Amino acid sequence: MSLLRPVAALGRATLGALASIGRIALFAGAVIGHLFRPPFYPREVLHALMQIGWFSLPVVGMTALFTGGALALQIYSGGARFSAEAVVPSIVAIGMVRELGPVLGGLMVAARVASSIAAEIGTMKVTEQIDALVTLSTNPLKYLAVPRVLAATLAVPVLVAVGDAIGIAGGWLVGVYRLDFNSTTYLKNTVDFLEFWDVGSGLVKGAAFGFIVALMGCYHGMNSGRGAQGVGRATKTAVVSASVLIFAANYLLTEIFFTS
Amino acid sequence: MIELVGVHKSFGSNEVLRGIDLRVESGTSMVIIGGSGTGKSVLLKCVLGLVHPDRGRILLDNEDVETAERDAFLARFGMLFQGGALFDSMPVWENVAFRLLRGATKRPKDEARAIAIDKLRRVGLGPQVADQFPAELSGGMQKRVSLARAIAADPEIIFFDEPTTGLDPIMSGVINDLIREIVTEMGATAMTITHDMTSVRAIADNVAMLHRGKIRWCGPVSEMDATLDPYVQQFIHGRAEGPIEALR
Repeated sequence: MSLLRPVAALGRATLGALASIGRIALFAGAVIGHLFRPPFYPREVLHALMQIGWFSLPVVGMTALFTGGALALQIYSGGARFSAEAVVPSIVAIGMVRELGPVLGGLMVAARVASSIAAEIGTMKVTEQIDALVTLSTNPLKYLAVPRVLAATLAVPVLVAVGDAIGIAGGWLVGVYRLDFNSTTYLKNTVDFLEFWDVGSGLVKGAAFGFIVALMGCYHGMNSGRGAQGVGRATKTAVVSASVLIFAANYLLTEIFFTS
Repeated sequence: MIELVGVHKSFGSNEVLRGIDLRVESGTSMVIIGGSGTGKSVLLKCVLGLVHPDRGRILLDNEDVETAERDAFLARFGMLFQGGALFDSMPVWENVAFRLLRGATKRPKDEARAIAIDKLRRVGLGPQVADQFPAELSGGMQKRVSLARAIAADPEIIFFDEPTTGLDPIMSGVINDLIREIVTEMGATAMTITHDMTSVRAIADNVAMLHRGKIRWCGPVSEMDATLDPYVQQFIHGRAEGPIEALR
C-alpha cells in the first residue's frame, strides 16, 4: 500500500494541475468574451494604462539599457574569438528586438504589475469589496479584470518598443564609448540588418506577455485565500506563474514565427 | 417579501445551513442572531446570490432569486458590509454614488455627487467628507459612509451585516438609531445579522435565532425575552452555561 503512495500523490498533483489549467482557461475565455460586451469602463482602462504602462517605463528602460550594454560587451568579446567583432550592432539589435526586449520587459512587468494586481484584487476579495461590487450590480470580472487585461495587452508592446530602442541605445553607448566603434557605422549596421518582422514579432510577443501578466494577476487575486497569508500566496503565485508562462509562450511564439 | 424554504449549504464536509425556513414580510425589520460560525453571513449571501445554496428555494415576492433577472434583482438591494467594504481607490462621494455612476441607474456626475452628499448628510456626515478617501476616516465614519452607499439608490431591501462590530458603544448607538430611522423612513425591508443584543432591541421588529444551521426560534422582538427556549435565553443573556456549547 505504501508503495502506491507516491503514485497516488503524483496522480493528485497531475489532476490538480490540469484542473488549474482548466480554470485559468475558462477565466481567460470569460475575460476575452467580456472585452467585446458592454458595459465598458474606459476610465478604469485609462487608469490601468497609466499604472501598467507609464509607471513601468523607468524599470523597463533601465533593464533594457543595461542589458543592451552588457550584450554589446558579450558579443564583442565572444566575436573576437573568430574575428567577428563587427557583428556587434546587428546582433545587439536583433537580440534586443526579437528576444531580450519582449522577454525582459515582460518579466519586469510581471514582477511589478502581476504582483500589484494580485495583491490589490486579493485584498479587495478579503475585505469583501468584490462582494460589494456584486451587490452594486457590477460584474467584478468585467470591472476589475477586463480593463487591466486590455490595458496590459496594449501597454506592454509599447513598453517593449521603448525598451528595444533604449537597449539598442545601450549597445550603441558601449560600442562607441567603450569598444571604439564608429558611431555612424554602428547605427548604419543596426538599421541595415534589422527587418520589420524582427521588430513586429517582438511587439506581438509583448502583447501576449502583457495579456499573460494581467490575466495571472487578476486570476490569482480573485482566487486569493483568506487573510494576509492568502493574499501573500496569491501575489507570489501570480508572479511565478506569469514568469513561467512568459517563458513558455516565448518559446512557442519563437517556434511559430521563426522556424517555418 | 423574502422567503427561504429548506435552504441547505455546505462547504466541503462543513454543513453550514441545514434547512433554513424563514419569512421576512415587506416593510419589516428582521434581525438574525446566533453565535459565531453559525452561518448568518452565509444566509445573507445566499439571498443576494453571492453564495449559491445546494438545496432549497429563496423567493423574493414569490419569484425564485436563482431565475430572476440579475441586475433588476440586485437593484432592489442595498447592503452594509461588516467591514464597510468601501473601495479605497476612490473618494467617499464616488463610493456612495457608485451605483449612480454606472449601469441602468446612471445619472450625470453632478447629480450623482449631489445625491451622495445628501445621503452623507442623512447619516450625519458633512460635505467636507465627500472628497476624502476611506482610509482617512475613522471606523465609525466608514460605517456611516457604507450605510450612505447602501441607501444611495433608495433600495426596497437593505441588509446589514454586523453593523456595530468594532464600534464603541456610543457610535454603536448612533448607527443603530440611524438604521432604525432610515428603515422606517424609507419603508424598506431590512435583514440584519448581529450578536449585539443592544442592536437587536434597537433595530428589530422580528428576531430569528440561528443555531447549528437551523432556525432555532423566530418571533417578534417583544416576545424574545419571554420565550422559554433555553438556547435563546442563554444567547440573549450571554451565559456561558447552557445548551449552546462554548469552546474554551
